[in-house]
Amino acid sequence: MSASKNDRKFKHLISIDELSKDDILYILDRAAEFEDVAKGKKVSKVLEGRILANLFFEPSTRTRMSFEAAMKRLGGCVINMTDTEISSVAKGESLADTIRVVSNYVDVIVLRHPLEGAAKFASENSKVPIINAGDGAGQHPTQTLLDLYTIQKESRLDGCRIALMGDLKYSRTVHSLIRALTLFRTKIYLVSPPMLRLPDDFIDDLSGDIQEAELEDIIEEIDVLYVTRIQKERFPDEEEYRKVSGSYIITSKTLERARESLIIMHPLPRVNEIGTDVDRLRFARYFEQAFYGVPIRMAILFELLK
Amino acid sequence: MKDKDCFKQDRKHLVISKIRSGTVIDHIPPGMALLVLKILGISPGSKEAVSMAMNVPSSKMGKKDIVKVEGKFISDEELNRISLIAPEATINLVEDFEITRKFAVELPEVVEKIISCPNQNCISNSKEPINSRFKIFVVGKKVTAKCDYCGKKITNLEEYI
Repeated sequence: MSASKNDRKFKHLISIDELSKDDILYILDRAAEFEDVAKGKKVSKVLEGRILANLFFEPSTRTRMSFEAAMKRLGGCVINMTDTEISSVAKGESLADTIRVVSNYVDVIVLRHPLEGAAKFASENSKVPIINAGDGAGQHPTQTLLDLYTIQKESRLDGCRIALMGDLKYSRTVHSLIRALTLFRTKIYLVSPPMLRLPDDFIDDLSGDIQEAELEDIIEEIDVLYVTRIQKERFPDEEEYRKVSGSYIITSKTLERARESLIIMHPLPRVNEIGTDVDRLRFARYFEQAFYGVPIRMAILFELLK
Repeated sequence: MKDKDCFKQDRKHLVISKIRSGTVIDHIPPGMALLVLKILGISPGSKEAVSMAMNVPSSKMGKKDIVKVEGKFISDEELNRISLIAPEATINLVEDFEITRKFAVELPEVVEKIISCPNQNCISNSKEPINSRFKIFVVGKKVTAKCDYCGKKITNLEEYI
C-alpha cells in the first residue's frame, strides 16, 4: 500500500452510517491482512513515528487497550489522558479547545465522550483524524466493524441469519450493528423484553428482512446469536429487572437445539447473560470477537494515517 | 395615525396597506407568522417596520398569515428557511410599490442556528462553541430535519425553532 496522503480513503471515522458496503468490506479485508501482526506472529513498523492520543472522557478498558495494542503493534506510540487531566478539562476547558491543542501534538485522536455528536464536533475542530470510540448513546463504529469482522470470520456475513438479544432499546452497539447488517443480505431477528424493544421510529428507518421473535422459535435456524447486557438501571424496580433478565440468560440448555455452526457473540463486559458453562462450548466466540478489535483498529489506524 | 394607514378595514375585508419597498411573505400557514419573523431574525428590537395579518381568508389555504417587512430585502437563503414551517409560502420583493420579483420558497438542504435539538444529550445543547445544524429532507409529504451531530430526527419543526 502506498504511503501517499493522496491515497487516504477516509478522513475520520465518526459513524458507521458514513461507510458504504464496499468501504466496510475494504476495512474487513485490510483487518485480515493485519491479523498475524495483531497476534504478534509478524512484526510491522508501518506506523513508526506516529502518535495516537486516547481521549476517554468516560471509562473504558477494552476499547482503549485495544486501540493502544493496535497502534503499538504497528510501531506507533500512544499517549493517554489521565483521570486527573480529564477532571481538569471537566472544570472548564471546552472539548473544542482540548481537541485543538491535542491535535497539534499527535497524528490521530481516539475519542470517547458522554455527549452524542461529540466526535463529529471534534472532527470539525481537529487537524488530525478523529476516531469515534463511543459518543453517549450515539455511535461506536469500531465496535460495529469488529462485530462484522467476527461474523465474516467465524460464520458468514452474506445470507447470515442473526438474532439480536437483550436490550435493543438503548444499546448503541445493537443500533449501529443493525444498520450495518441491513447493507448485507441478512435476516435479522429481534429478541427482547417488551420494554426493551427496538424503538418503532428506528425500525421505520430500516429496510431489510427484520422481525421480532422468541429465541426458542428460531434457535434451530440462526447462524449468529448476538447477546447484549440488560442493564438494571433501565427498569423501574429491581424485582421487575430480576423477572425480565432471568428469562434472557443463555445456558448450555438453551443451546441444545442450536445448529452445529451457531456462533454466540457479546460486546462484553457480560454480567450474567451468558452462563460460564457456555464458554467451553463450540458456540462461544465472544473472546475471539474481543481479539478481532485489534486487527480492525489496526486497519482503521493504517487507513487514516497512511 | 400610522396604524390606521397600515390596516384599513371595511365590512368585508381586512386589508394591509402596500409597502413602498421591502419583502412580502404570503401563504404562511395560519398562526405561523410570528415564527416566520423569528426565523428571519426580526424582533421588537429590529429596525425594520413590520405589518402582519393572521388568520385571513385564503382561497388556496382556507386561512393564512401574511407578513410585510418594510425597507428590507431578505436574501433567498434566509427566505428559504421559512419553508421549514411554511413550505407553500410565496415571496414578493417590492420596489416603489411595484412587485419586482415573485417566487416560491425552496427547502434548504441544511439549516444552522434555527432549530434546537430536542436531544438534551446532544453536543449542540452543550456549552461548547457550537451552532445547531440540521439536514433537511422530505419524508412522504413531511418536512423532516435530522441533527447533523446526534442524528435525532424531528418532523414537528415549529416546536424547536
